[in-house]
Amino acid sequence: MAYFQFLIILLLSPLLQGFIKKLKARMQGRVGPGLLQPYYDLIRLFRKEMVLSRVASWIFKAAPFIVFVSTLTASMMVPVITTQSLFGMMGDVIAFIYILAAGRFFMALAGLDAGTSFGGEGSSREMTVAILVEPMMMLCLFTAAISAGSTNIAGIAETQRLLYSPSHILALSAFIVAVIAETGRIPVDNPDTHLELTMIHEGMILEYSGPYLALMEWAHDMKQMLLFTLTMDIFFPLGMATGAGFFSLAVSLVIFILKMLLMGSLMAWVESSRAKMRFFQLPSLLESAFVLAFLSLLTYIMMGK
Amino acid sequence: MNPEGYFIAGACLCLFSAIVSLFPIPRTKTHVYLLSLSGSLCFLTFGLHLLFLPPRDLVSIPVSTFFEFAFRGDPLSGFFVLLISLLAAVVSIYSIGYTKSLKNQGLMGFLFSLFILSMFAVVLSGNVFTFLVSWETMSMVSYFLVTFDRDETSSKAGLIYAVMTHMGTAFIIALFLILYKETGSMDFAEMKTRSAQIPDLLKHVIFVFAMIGFGTKAGIVPLHTWLPRAHPTAPSNISALMSGVMIKTGIYGLIRVVLDIAGPGPEWWGMTVIIIGAVSSILGVLYALMEHDIKRLLAYHSVENIGIILLGIGASMTFQSHELFALSAIALAAGLYHTLNHALFKGLLFLGAGSVMHAVHTRNMEEMGGLIKSMPYTGLFFLIGSISICALPPFNGFVSEWMTYQSLLLGFESPSIVSKIVSPLGGAALALTGALAAACFVKAFGITFLGMPRSRHAEEAKESSPSMTAAMGILALLCLLFGIFPGLVVNLTSTVSFPLTGSTGIVSGLGFLRIEGSSTAVSPAAILITMAVMLSAALVFFLALRRKKKTVYADSWDCGIPALTPRMQYTATAFSKPIRLIFKRIYLPRRELKVSYIVKPFFVRSIRYSSEITPFFERYIYEPATGFIQRVAGKVRLLQSGSLHLYLGYILVTLILLLLFGT
Repeated sequence: MAYFQFLIILLLSPLLQGFIKKLKARMQGRVGPGLLQPYYDLIRLFRKEMVLSRVASWIFKAAPFIVFVSTLTASMMVPVITTQSLFGMMGDVIAFIYILAAGRFFMALAGLDAGTSFGGEGSSREMTVAILVEPMMMLCLFTAAISAGSTNIAGIAETQRLLYSPSHILALSAFIVAVIAETGRIPVDNPDTHLELTMIHEGMILEYSGPYLALMEWAHDMKQMLLFTLTMDIFFPLGMATGAGFFSLAVSLVIFILKMLLMGSLMAWVESSRAKMRFFQLPSLLESAFVLAFLSLLTYIMMGK
Repeated sequence: MNPEGYFIAGACLCLFSAIVSLFPIPRTKTHVYLLSLSGSLCFLTFGLHLLFLPPRDLVSIPVSTFFEFAFRGDPLSGFFVLLISLLAAVVSIYSIGYTKSLKNQGLMGFLFSLFILSMFAVVLSGNVFTFLVSWETMSMVSYFLVTFDRDETSSKAGLIYAVMTHMGTAFIIALFLILYKETGSMDFAEMKTRSAQIPDLLKHVIFVFAMIGFGTKAGIVPLHTWLPRAHPTAPSNISALMSGVMIKTGIYGLIRVVLDIAGPGPEWWGMTVIIIGAVSSILGVLYALMEHDIKRLLAYHSVENIGIILLGIGASMTFQSHELFALSAIALAAGLYHTLNHALFKGLLFLGAGSVMHAVHTRNMEEMGGLIKSMPYTGLFFLIGSISICALPPFNGFVSEWMTYQSLLLGFESPSIVSKIVSPLGGAALALTGALAAACFVKAFGITFLGMPRSRHAEEAKESSPSMTAAMGILALLCLLFGIFPGLVVNLTSTVSFPLTGSTGIVSGLGFLRIEGSSTAVSPAAILITMAVMLSAALVFFLALRRKKKTVYADSWDCGIPALTPRMQYTATAFSKPIRLIFKRIYLPRRELKVSYIVKPFFVRSIRYSSEITPFFERYIYEPATGFIQRVAGKVRLLQSGSLHLYLGYILVTLILLLLFGT
C-alpha cells in the first residue's frame, strides 16, 4: 500500500484543483464550478478528436507524454503519507527538481514547435521565470538538506530539525513564493487567461487540443499537488507516518488531506487578494524571495537552527 | 601486449596517419582517419590499463645531457588519455564524411592527427621539458586549425588565440621554473616528493600562476575571450576536439600542479577556485544566451562547463586543506566525471552543429528552423546532447552535476565558516547555471530544429552522411550509458582520486550512487526504468482510449489572419529578450529603433530594430590593455628610427659601457 502512495497524487490532484477553483469563486462572490469539474474536463478532452498543427514535428507529440511521465516519476519520489516507500533510494530532492525541469524543457520545446508567436512567447517566459525560481528553490532545499544531513526527501522528512526556527520560517516563506511561481499562479501567471499579452503556461500549450491537452492539464494539476506535498514533506512533516501500518497510514492520510486543503486555501486567498504583476516586475518579487532563502541559509549557518 | 606496447602502437599510428596524409594520392583521406581511429583505440586501451596499474615510466629519449623526452603514466593521466581517445576516435569517424567538402584535405588530415597526438603527449609527459614541448605543439597545431579557412575572421581569431595562449604558457613556464629552483628537479614525480621543501609564499605564487596559465587554456572568466572566437572559426570536427578535450588539458595541468605536485594548499586556494568556477559558469551561460551564432553559443557553454568542473575541483581542494579526505574524493570525482561528460556532450553538440552548418551553410540560427524534419538523426542526437548538457535525468550531465551539488552541500561539514557560506552559494550558482542552460538549449534546439524553415537553405537541408550521423549516434549512446550507469565512471574516477586523496567517499553500484555514511543517494537507472514503465502504461492507456478516434491536421493558430509565415515565428533574439532585460546590468544592452513613416505617425513604411550587448571584458579590460601596450610600443619605436648612424651609435655606447662596467 505504501508503495502506491503516488496514486493519491495521480488521482486526487484534479480534485485539489477543483477545490481551489471553487474556493476562489466563493471568495470572489461567485458560485463557481463544481468540485469535480476538473475530472469532467479531463474526460471530455480525452474523448475529443485531436487537431494537430501541420508544422509540428514528433517533439510536439512526444512532449505531453514526457511531461506527464516525468511528473508521475517525480511523484513517486516524494513521501505522501508515509516516509517508507519502494522508491526511497531514488527520492533525492535534487533529482526531483531536475526531473520536473525535464518536463518543463519539453513543454517549452513543444511551445516552439508549432511555429507561432504565442508558443514562443510562452516558452521564453516560462524559461525566464524558471531562471529566477530555481536557484531560490534550491537554496531553500539546501537549508533543509544541510540541517537534515541528507538530500533524500524521506530522510529530510524524518529528521526535520528546523521546525519553527528562524531559518525554517525564512526558507518556508521563500519556498511558498517558489511554489506559486512554479504552479503558474497569480501574481506570477494567471491560470485562467488566454490573453496573449499575459499568458505564460497557457501560451506554451495553446496549440494542444483533445487528449494531448488533457495530459498536459493533468500533469499541471499533478505538479501543483506535488509541490504542495514537497512543501509539507520538507517544512511540516508533522503527522506523517514513518511505518506502513494500516492505522498510522489512515491517520496520516487524513492529516495529509487537511494539509492540502490548507495549502489550497492559501493559494485561493493569494489569488483572490492579489493582482497579476507585470512580467518585468517579477524579478523584484523573486529576487526578494531569493534574499529570504539566502538569509535562511545564513541564519542556519550562524545560529545552527 | 603490455601497456607500453599500446602506447607505442598508438603513437606510431597517429604519426603515420599524419605523414601519409601529406601524400597527394589518394585524394580522399578516409584512410588517414581510419589510421587515427585505430591509433585512438590503442590509446583507449592504454588509458584503461593506466587507470588500474601503478604509476610507471613509459619511454624516455635523451636529446641532450640536460633535456630528455620522458613519458610517464599514472591513473590521472590515464583518465585524461581515456577522455581524449574516446572523443578522438569518434571525431575520426565523423571526419571521414565531414572533411570531404573541405579544401586542403591533406593538410587537414596532417594537422588533425598531429593535434590528437600532441594532446596525448601533454597528459603523458613525465617532465617539464616534455610537457612544454607538447603543450606548445598542441597550441601551435590548434592555431593552424583555427586559421584553417584563411579568411579575415579566422586570422583575427587565430591571432587573439595565439597571443592569449602564449601569455598563459609564459605563466606556466614561470611556475615550472619556480618549482625547478625549489625542488632541484625537472621530473614531475621527483618534484612531488620534494614539494614539502617549497616555502609557503612560493606555493601561493605557484597556485596563482597555475590558475592564470592553465586557466587561460581552460577558458575561465576573465581569460576566456579567445575561446568564443577561436572555437567557432575552426572546422567543426576540430571545434569538437578543442572544446571537448583540448581545454581539458588546462584542467589536467591544474590538477597535476595544484593538487598533485604542490598541494594540498590552504583553504583560500579552494575558495578561489570555487568562486572562479561559479563566476565562469554563470557568465559563460549568460553570454551563450545572447548568441545566435550556433557555434559561438556552444563555445560559451564550454566556459560554463569549465566553471562547473572547477566547482568540483575547488570543493575538493577545500576539503583537502581541512583534511576531510573522503569528501575531497567525492568532489574530485564530481569534477572528473563532469570533465568526461562535457567531452562527450560538447563533442556531440559541436558535431551536430557541424552537420547543421554543412546543410544550411550558415552559423546564424535565425536562418534555420524546421531542420528536425529534413535531418531527423542529427536532430535527435542534438536533442540528446542538449538534454545532457542541461543536466536533465537520465543523461550523463545530471549525474556529475548531482555529485557537484553534493560536494558543495558537504562543504557545510568543513570547520571554517567561510567554506560553510561559500560552498552552498556555489550550489545556488550551479542551480542558476542549470536553469540558464536549460533556457539556452530550449532556444538553441527550438529555433534551429523546430518550427518552420526561416530561409531557403534551411528548406533544402539534407541529412548528413552516414559516417557523420554514426559518430553522433555513438556519442549520444555514451551520454545515455554514462547517465544511467554512473558506477562505470565512478570506478574509474576513484582510481584517480584515491592516490590524490587516499579515500573514495562514494559508494557506487552499476546503477546508483550513494554518499558514504549518509542516506543521500541517487539512482538514474531506477529513474529511467520508472519512466519507461510509466511511459508504456501511459501509452497503453492512451491508445486504448484513442481507438477509432481521428486526428485532424490543420494550420497553426493564426488569430484568424490566414497564412502564417516563417518570419512571424519567435526568433532567437526575441526568445532571449526577457533575460537580456533582467540581467541588463551584466549585459549593458544597447538598442536602436529606426522608424520611417509614410504619414507620421500613423503609416509606417519600415521599422529597423537593432540591439546588441556590450562585451564587458573585451571593452573594459582587453581593449584598454591592448591600447596601453600599443602606446608603449609606439614610444619604444623611437629607438628604432631606421638611421644606420644611430644604430652604430648604440653599439658604440654599449661597447663603452661594457668596457667600463664589464670587467
